[in-house]
Amino acid sequence: MTTQVFKIPESLRENVKYSFCPGCDHGVAVRLVAEVLDEMELKEKSILVASIGCSVTLYDFLNVDSIEAPHGRALAEATGVKRARPDKFVFTYQGDGDFASIGLAESLHAALRGENVSAICINNTTYGMTGGQLGPTTLLGQVTTTSPTGRNLEYYGYPVKIAEHVALCDGTAFSARVSLDSVANIRKAKQAIKKAFEVQRQGLGFGFVEILSTCPTNWKMSPSKAHERVRNEMMKTYVSGVYKDVTSGEQAHIMRPSFV
Amino acid sequence: MSRIVIDSDKCKACYLCINECPKKLIKISDKTNSLGNRVVEFDDPKGECLGCAMCATRCPDLAITEVYKG
Repeated sequence: MTTQVFKIPESLRENVKYSFCPGCDHGVAVRLVAEVLDEMELKEKSILVASIGCSVTLYDFLNVDSIEAPHGRALAEATGVKRARPDKFVFTYQGDGDFASIGLAESLHAALRGENVSAICINNTTYGMTGGQLGPTTLLGQVTTTSPTGRNLEYYGYPVKIAEHVALCDGTAFSARVSLDSVANIRKAKQAIKKAFEVQRQGLGFGFVEILSTCPTNWKMSPSKAHERVRNEMMKTYVSGVYKDVTSGEQAHIMRPSFV
Repeated sequence: MSRIVIDSDKCKACYLCINECPKKLIKISDKTNSLGNRVVEFDDPKGECLGCAMCATRCPDLAITEVYKG
């Protein structure tokens, strides 16, 4: 007997064709979100707050009600939507430039207020849509169009570790960092997204997942080389794992100060 | 028999699926699609496909639309 083990999720539009570059992990992330919406039967009550960046045309792909936020203000809009319609399931899908650069105040304050929304942040260590400029998450030494000699510590400072920052906020119910560099990690990423959505359904607070992703076009690499970079370089600085989970009963591993 | 279905119009020729397949059943074909990409094809003459769906999980563009196991 033959069973179907994979199909296109119903939460995606029919005959969807992504506008992302070849090999971009955005496609995988959008599919995982759609699969989780299918499995949790949230499609009919979801409101997506899309952001500015490569994720700007998300309403073309996901078959849910959506609203477009100004650059960086996705979580401020999501706050308003959720407070006006607390029965709805509200989530945002943002890039690292949107979440952690221009929108850092909105994002962290949404976490500090413990807003009952979920946020997905795609971290590809650069501004992808505008042509690969230096972003807040750019690794030290990484060459971008605005840092042609590599990110320099004295001039630009350190990259921001978003999942850790969000985990430190008291209103956060779930914060995790996952990667899409291998099939095993893609499956873990789906579990993390599911958990972040589940805490909103239970009304526990802010749910957050940072997804390490590739940008083969702006990194000027082949898609498979880009995944090697995620594994060998990005995952050294951005360690994946669950940083806060109020449902598990134990605190996250990074929360202990080093002098203890 | 396990098999996959490839929508070649969606393939953007990133070739990530080729490395994922444990039986190396996905190959670069001679055909080009409407986007001008050399698309991949599923070549399984001996019926070796496991139906593991790793290629579909990896594919960023949903070009592998269905996987059947059995």
